Amino acid sequence: MELLLVVVLGLLYAAGIFLILRRSMVKLLLGIMLLGNGTNILIFLLGTITKGKPPVIGPDQNVFQDIYADPIPQSLILTAIVISFALTAFAIVLLKRVYALVDSDDLDDLNTPEEEDL
Amino acid sequence: MIDNHILAPVFIHLFTAILQLIAWRKTVTQRFLSVGGAFIGLLIAIRLFAKVYTEGSLSMHASNWEAPFSIVFVADLLAVSMVLLTAIAGFAVSIFSSVGIARQRMLYGYFPIFHFLLMGLNGAFLTGDIFNLYVWFEVIIISSFVLMTLGGRKAQLEGAVKYMAMNILASTFFLTGIGILYGISGSLNMADLSIRIREFHNQPLLDVAAIFFLLGFGIKSAVFPLYYWLPSSYHTPPSAVAATFGGLLTKVGVYAILRVFSLMFVPDEFTKNLLMVMAVLTILTGAFGALIKTNIRRLFSYLIVCHIGFMIGGIAMFTKAALMGAVFYLIHDIMVKTNMFLIAGYIRQVRGTMDMTKLGGLYKAYPLISLLIALVLFSLVGVPPLSGFWPKIYLFQEAFVGGQYFFIAALIIGSLVTMYVIAKLWADVFWKNTPEDQPVEDKFKELPPFKKVLLLMPIVLLCSVTLYIGLQAEHVVLAVDRISNELLDTSSYVKTVLGDKVFKK
Amino acid sequence: MRSIILQTATRYLLPILLLFSFFLLLRGHYSPGGGFVGGLVASIAFVLHSFANGTEATMKILGRKPLSLIPVGLGLAALSMVMPTFFGLPPMTGLWFEEKIPVIGSIGSALFFDLGVYLVVVGVVLTILFTISLTKD
Repeated sequence: MELLLVVVLGLLYAAGIFLILRRSMVKLLLGIMLLGNGTNILIFLLGTITKGKPPVIGPDQNVFQDIYADPIPQSLILTAIVISFALTAFAIVLLKRVYALVDSDDLDDLNTPEEEDL
Repeated sequence: MIDNHILAPVFIHLFTAILQLIAWRKTVTQRFLSVGGAFIGLLIAIRLFAKVYTEGSLSMHASNWEAPFSIVFVADLLAVSMVLLTAIAGFAVSIFSSVGIARQRMLYGYFPIFHFLLMGLNGAFLTGDIFNLYVWFEVIIISSFVLMTLGGRKAQLEGAVKYMAMNILASTFFLTGIGILYGISGSLNMADLSIRIREFHNQPLLDVAAIFFLLGFGIKSAVFPLYYWLPSSYHTPPSAVAATFGGLLTKVGVYAILRVFSLMFVPDEFTKNLLMVMAVLTILTGAFGALIKTNIRRLFSYLIVCHIGFMIGGIAMFTKAALMGAVFYLIHDIMVKTNMFLIAGYIRQVRGTMDMTKLGGLYKAYPLISLLIALVLFSLVGVPPLSGFWPKIYLFQEAFVGGQYFFIAALIIGSLVTMYVIAKLWADVFWKNTPEDQPVEDKFKELPPFKKVLLLMPIVLLCSVTLYIGLQAEHVVLAVDRISNELLDTSSYVKTVLGDKVFKK
Repeated sequence: MRSIILQTATRYLLPILLLFSFFLLLRGHYSPGGGFVGGLVASIAFVLHSFANGTEATMKILGRKPLSLIPVGLGLAALSMVMPTFFGLPPMTGLWFEEKIPVIGSIGSALFFDLGVYLVVVGVVLTILFTISLTKD
């Protein structure tokens, strides 16, 4: 399980960085999203995975009787997912607006010359 | 000591923003709410600063849980100084934007977002939890995205794409660092982490985490190899927005570097050298970039980069005097940089352009205001006895003692170039006659008197704070001295957060 | 494209999904659920309705703009966060009423916080979706 996650993590980071280095804005956004997901898996992995031991105290107990999975990495990942949801929604709308204005997906076309400054 | 009210600076801006959201599209009400909220925020910040200054650091445990398990908010002297400066700058920008921002932008929610940004800044300064710091950073960047794109001009959106991509990337690096740190230590509380990390002996893994934090904060504070997004985006939004960004947002990065590297990754030889190289190159590249720019705001953007290098250099030496210099420069820089961008906005009102080749004759038209602006410019350059001068003394002195000759050279070059570009700006904008083919359309003259006052009041306010920092430097030095002591010896911070129980070992 | 099957189905699905979202909201404190998930389910109910009947029809049953839900929700959540400071406790401490209410169970400030989150989530998600689906380009 850990090994599989490590491989997935590496793939996500590699693909994310590869996409960020492209010139296209959409690929840039996809790359950032993949990197974000890679980071979430990293947190999950480093929080040590405990299988089949949810951190829930049963109805007839008062304290944990056994080792249990650490809930904090999951709450961190949830928070990060919610935040990246908002960021991605905003980024998509922004890229759509930029595409409508500039009529290009190429980051190199995003240079308004200095003469047009206010 | 525990105080349940240290989050008041955060909540005041939250409630102001909520009230403004309820008054959606009623721009007059929003303006009054904004200035009122920022003023109350300023009063609260002064009270908090006074309390911490006299009684020592305060902490608050959210939801009443015990310290390492809850999210902790800590008000030590560094944090409350930053909160106070944010409040002053926020108050000034809030007054300025009630006139300086187009009504169209207000209709799309400029003011609520501005207060969410201030809330995020205050939260980031006060938090004592590394993941919570990440969340506040996200609050800051998402509000700044909206502020940056409001209005939707082509150049603005282009700048926003670069700004957005780099800042999301920075957050991802920051989050990766947090993930590694949690894997190492199993804690997120910064005070708790500072103890646990000392017992962890896998130095290479710690260095990896430290580099991730440095990358994340480095992008945010615009240091050498990571600063390119700043000059290509900060000249695009309206001046009031640029003032908030230029004055406060990069400084949050510096604050985070100070906090994280003093508490958790106390710089070893490798980190010190790395930071020093970054600082020297930041100063040089920023200075040379500023040399060739003719647009006032592009020039200021490069000056921001250049002066960030001074602070990073101070952190790199990590001795008491060096930290005093860095923190003093931080205090001076927030006030002056905010004011510079407000002045750029004022020049735009007067002449309709910010291109130095097309400007001129401002001294003839407005001699008194120009002299006021000259005071700010002198402070930025660091003419004694104004505020930019004192921190540089500490930095010079400590660089000599530590034998950092490259840093001394960079400091001298950086200061000289700053002086040169500011002199050029003064000559071009204020002394030279307006170019003859350039139509003079003075929007400022046509404004009703109370609007003129509202535009100039924030500049005067920030200028008087700058003068206070410069002329009453001994007061600031007293505070800065305590701050650098707290940064070097973190036991008081740890004790504020965790209480006495950790000192058994 | 309008599908009669989908239109008829959403007429019954909308109330059921809304009821389910309230169920998730109320059981959220100790069991899986809560304001965020509840809000998402509620907004999905409206999204489904807008797929079947068009965005205009959905805006008509909502009555007002979803944007106006955001300040209400934020205000509710923020007030329930600040409330404990008036009793000398740190912000965000859970305060509970002593009497249990039938069906719902014990009520505390956490429930009001969750209700605020619920409203904010519905407001934000619907605002984003309506904005994207109503812009013509």
